Amino acid sequence: MNPVVRSLRQVGASLAGAKAGLASRWNAMGPTQRLSAYVLGVLALYLAPWWTEIPLLGSIVDTPGTQFTTVLSDRVIIFVLVALGLNVVVGLAGLLDLGYVGFYAVGAYTTAILTSSHASLPWLLALPVSIAVSMVFGVILGAPTLRLRGDYLAIVTLGFGEIIRLSAKNAEWLGGSRGINDIKHPPSIGPLKFGVVDPKPYYWLGLTMVFAVMFLLHRLENSRVGRAWVAIREDEDAAELMGVDTFRFKLWAFAIGAAVGGLAGVQYAGKVGFINPDNFPLLLSILFLAAVVLGGSGNMHGAILGGILVSYLPERLRNFQDKRVFVFGVALVLVMVFRPEGLLPKKVGTRKAVAAPGEGGAQ
Amino acid sequence: MLLEVRDLHVFYGRIEALKGISFGVNQGEIVTLIGANGAGKTTTMRTISGVRTVAQGSIFFEGRDITGIAPHERVKLGICQAPEGRGIFPGMTVRENLEMGTYVRGGKDSQKSADLEHVFHLFPRLKERIDQNGGTLSGGEQQMLAIGRALMSRPRLLLLDEPSMGLAPMLIAQIFQIVRSINEEGISVLLVEQNATQALRAANRAYVLETGYVVKSGSGSELLDDPAVRAAYLGG
Repeated sequence: MNPVVRSLRQVGASLAGAKAGLASRWNAMGPTQRLSAYVLGVLALYLAPWWTEIPLLGSIVDTPGTQFTTVLSDRVIIFVLVALGLNVVVGLAGLLDLGYVGFYAVGAYTTAILTSSHASLPWLLALPVSIAVSMVFGVILGAPTLRLRGDYLAIVTLGFGEIIRLSAKNAEWLGGSRGINDIKHPPSIGPLKFGVVDPKPYYWLGLTMVFAVMFLLHRLENSRVGRAWVAIREDEDAAELMGVDTFRFKLWAFAIGAAVGGLAGVQYAGKVGFINPDNFPLLLSILFLAAVVLGGSGNMHGAILGGILVSYLPERLRNFQDKRVFVFGVALVLVMVFRPEGLLPKKVGTRKAVAAPGEGGAQ
Repeated sequence: MLLEVRDLHVFYGRIEALKGISFGVNQGEIVTLIGANGAGKTTTMRTISGVRTVAQGSIFFEGRDITGIAPHERVKLGICQAPEGRGIFPGMTVRENLEMGTYVRGGKDSQKSADLEHVFHLFPRLKERIDQNGGTLSGGEQQMLAIGRALMSRPRLLLLDEPSMGLAPMLIAQIFQIVRSINEEGISVLLVEQNATQALRAANRAYVLETGYVVKSGSGSELLDDPAVRAAYLGG
């Protein structure tokens, strides 16, 4: 075995060991300890803009060339939201969507139209409308195409992403290739000023969105809907024969995925203040999918991790200049070779279930 | 009649797989469809479950025309299939697979427990494997799981597509034994088989399918004794 592979294996093994150690410590904790661990973790995330001030950690996490907080607010949070949404479509329901950037664009453009010179509505009003519009686009795309499977669905969705981008480019009322500027920022609340200078409020808002989406998706995953999705992913025919209305639930997956993608678009548009079609290239769809697959398709925490890595690493690796894409690519390939199910693979067979009758009774 | 199929035509693209077949299942019966590869057996089953669309003809369940209704509605009415090639959910545990069987009922946990117990009574092996992933089971165990999962939906009509496929002779005998005991509980069974001898012995009535037509029908024992059937399907 060549030494590189061997050392990588060793790293993998020691990581697994550390994970097991953490897990056993976690299990030994009482409920109050766990709660305080959660609270501390969440607090640490909200304080992330100051991580760069911490001596050792700061030099590790800081991004060259771009302010760390800006990376968080403009890239990481967006990718995490998108990965959460795409994970519903790809990871849970098993539908390969290569045009997910389309929903992200629909969310961003809806907010842009509603809050800029077209209508001048407040951002807060544009938020629910944009989510709803994205959802409608999910249904519009899904209804005719979800009868297709696998490769065919992938190709159609690929086309969808491009159609959205090209439509925006060619529609004069959408600003054409100049795009739309003057998009309103979220309303400032007291000392939280959503302006152009300080990215922190946007990061906090986005992080709050992430937690809200996580909570809702978690509820959904453990419901009948979630079970139907997993059954469809496992074996669509069998799911149908067991009485799962597969078309309806696939459509739901698409609609909910689209809504979350749209939310990410709203957040992006509200932060940067102007958008144009070049913000929504095909490459983004590929990166979104890479985030989900890299992190662990079907596992919400995996998707989050993937979203963080895919958005953060290229910024962190900026010192490599034009080689950074290469380094990033090699990193992706290595992960896929050594962790084909992603960094945090989906758990199977751990869902809570009804008690087995007569446990231990002799047959 | 519990299930009645009238003049069923089904196409795969331009190829006509079923060319107007008619048959029925009475309440409490085991009925089998036998025939060679490509005769249209699996197509018939998939059409009754509703996952293949009908070009012409109709399907009645308890006197009601169900030709146009969706597959999940048919499961609600009491038609459930253990598909060919087992079709279990490989990444779900045995327990989760079985619980998917109760999907249409929703159902209370106490009911589910009773149903689980019932399935484990029929298939003790599944209980031993309860927390194992479906994909790690042996072929025979997967077949048991597929049948058990279908039973969890409390069907009135159980559709079994090639339950003996790929199994050792010992296991085949066991599966047929279980089919009989399921039937004795009052569940009607429509059974598709290439293993014609076993199927005809278990069945009250049988139909022989050939290239999309029903070419012969009769009681199980009649067909077992029929020289033409013997020559074609029972190895002389």
